[in-house]
Amino acid sequence: MYTFSNKLKIGSFILMALGILGIAIGFISAPSTVEEAKAIVASHSEGHGDAHGAVEPHGATATDSHGEAVETHGEAAEAHGGGHDSSHDQHLLHQLQNKPWAALYVAAFFFFMIALGVLAFYAIQRAAQAGWSPLLFRVMEGITSYLVPGGIIVFVILVMSVLHMNHLFVWMDADVVAHDHLLQGKAGYLNPTFFLVRAAIFLAGWIFYREYSRKLSLKQDESDDNSNFKLNFRWSAGFLVFYLVSESIMSWDWIMSVDPHWFSTLFGWYVFASMFVSGITVIAMVTVYLKSRGYLPDVNDSHIHDLAKFMFGISIFWTYLWFSQFMLIWYSNIPEEVTYYVTRIADYRLPFFGMIAMNFLFPVLLLMNSDFKRLNWFVILTGIVILGGHYMDIFNMIMPSTVGDQWFIGIPEIGAVLFFAGLFVFWVFRALTTAPLQPKRNPFIEESRHFHY
Amino acid sequence: MASKAIHAYYDDDDVLMLAVKRVKAAKHHIEEVYCPFPVHGLDKAMGLAPTRLAITAFLYGCVGLTVATVMMNFIMIEDWPQDIGGKPSFSYLENMPAFVPIMFELTVFFAAHLMVITFYMRSRLWPFKEAENPDVRTTDDHFLMEIDIHDNEKELKDLLLDTGAVEINIVEKNSH
Repeated sequence: MYTFSNKLKIGSFILMALGILGIAIGFISAPSTVEEAKAIVASHSEGHGDAHGAVEPHGATATDSHGEAVETHGEAAEAHGGGHDSSHDQHLLHQLQNKPWAALYVAAFFFFMIALGVLAFYAIQRAAQAGWSPLLFRVMEGITSYLVPGGIIVFVILVMSVLHMNHLFVWMDADVVAHDHLLQGKAGYLNPTFFLVRAAIFLAGWIFYREYSRKLSLKQDESDDNSNFKLNFRWSAGFLVFYLVSESIMSWDWIMSVDPHWFSTLFGWYVFASMFVSGITVIAMVTVYLKSRGYLPDVNDSHIHDLAKFMFGISIFWTYLWFSQFMLIWYSNIPEEVTYYVTRIADYRLPFFGMIAMNFLFPVLLLMNSDFKRLNWFVILTGIVILGGHYMDIFNMIMPSTVGDQWFIGIPEIGAVLFFAGLFVFWVFRALTTAPLQPKRNPFIEESRHFHY
Repeated sequence: MASKAIHAYYDDDDVLMLAVKRVKAAKHHIEEVYCPFPVHGLDKAMGLAPTRLAITAFLYGCVGLTVATVMMNFIMIEDWPQDIGGKPSFSYLENMPAFVPIMFELTVFFAAHLMVITFYMRSRLWPFKEAENPDVRTTDDHFLMEIDIHDNEKELKDLLLDTGAVEINIVEKNSH
């Protein structure tokens, strides 16, 4: 049996406390009036100007672009009368008010998606009756236990959106829909009630499979035949069908609909690749941690090697999907599609391209060598970069449509990540203490113990 | 110079693996093992050096990537620039996304084909080559272990019989 080390427990509490502090600061410092919002933006650009004032060319371009912006605004103001300026300020206020919510949502979804990715990986191992992985089942089950708190938190944030406590999803605003022909056409699907019903069904399905499969997995240890194992196999195969459909719809609902005019047909796969590789990375990291504490004695370097191969392969798979989505939209250059990348390349240049380096170049070059995949510390190091990269991936999905060019990775964003990281660690390792770390009567346990490459 | 070698036949890969480990433990040098199919872990048991084929694959992949880049740069940017999809650009970097599939495919193509050719050359295999197998049964259902004899015929024979060899032959070997 695993005992939750005090150091780790205290560490997770500290993370949560710091996180709550950061989240609170984010909410308190969000502006409540247009004047405050303008003051925040003005103070930022002033600070910027001061810092770079000495550098002549940079200062000049900054003024230039600023001047241009004023010009276009002037034209727009002419066309629309005086109304445009105030609506622009209103927009800015909404973006800044969204900022702490978006920071919270990105982090909440990111850690939830890790658990969901692990659940998919676990179900695939069960459905494939894989022989190498049963030693890692308890680790995976521990991580998927986070589905319950993580799922509830994401659901609560969605309910708060429906209650108009935040403006992450513009299509929930009846005023916006009333003036938007496209959104009216989508209202049969994209309406608050159906949205929450779908979310509830998906979460219920995922959590049910997780709890039921865990129960069968524990029962298998005590039983004297393989009936629990076989039943688990059937449920896992069935779950994968449900998962692939529900995950895809979930990605349209929870992520793609923050920008309700835009759509991409492979978005579900793209989000899946992101959660899959993050999940596998976390399995590898938790396993390496437990091994370093003297648990899981039968897990050998070949198991880590296999997980690292998955990290490598799914990183490439993610890039393939990312690029497939990008290239078709870039090439066809259809205005309603291409805005997605125009905003990201214009306002999010560093996170957008930095993410590709972290999610593709880094894992490909570092994990290519087969010997490196067997070095535990190396897998942890690469895993940290991959997780950071996929946080940026979710950041790039949510932020441009919710906060626009007002993004920044500051106290609210880091605070939210710390809070959910602490909760995740606490919940996962608490779940790991509730059952022996090595399944006893899994029919493939012997094969898993002798697994070698 | 003609020398003598011993040929031990096995009819099961697990028995062969155990035999190889015992022969290595008895400090005999195994000249070669002929198998009808690749036996997992045999290279490690025989103490062969790890393959360097993966390194060549990486290098060939880099060559492929370079060839694709240079080729597309010449065709599409320098030699005959075209306005495709409203993207008239004379810069490789700006048009790069369109060339990524080609860069990817040629990387894979070069790595795969050149690696196979390297493997054949390294294994001394080419068209119309005479087979080196000492016995045709090694292409069917038998495994053959070849050990050179240095005045220890009896000792080797006993050891190999003990490891489960189904047949043992002593052959005159011409050094090639």
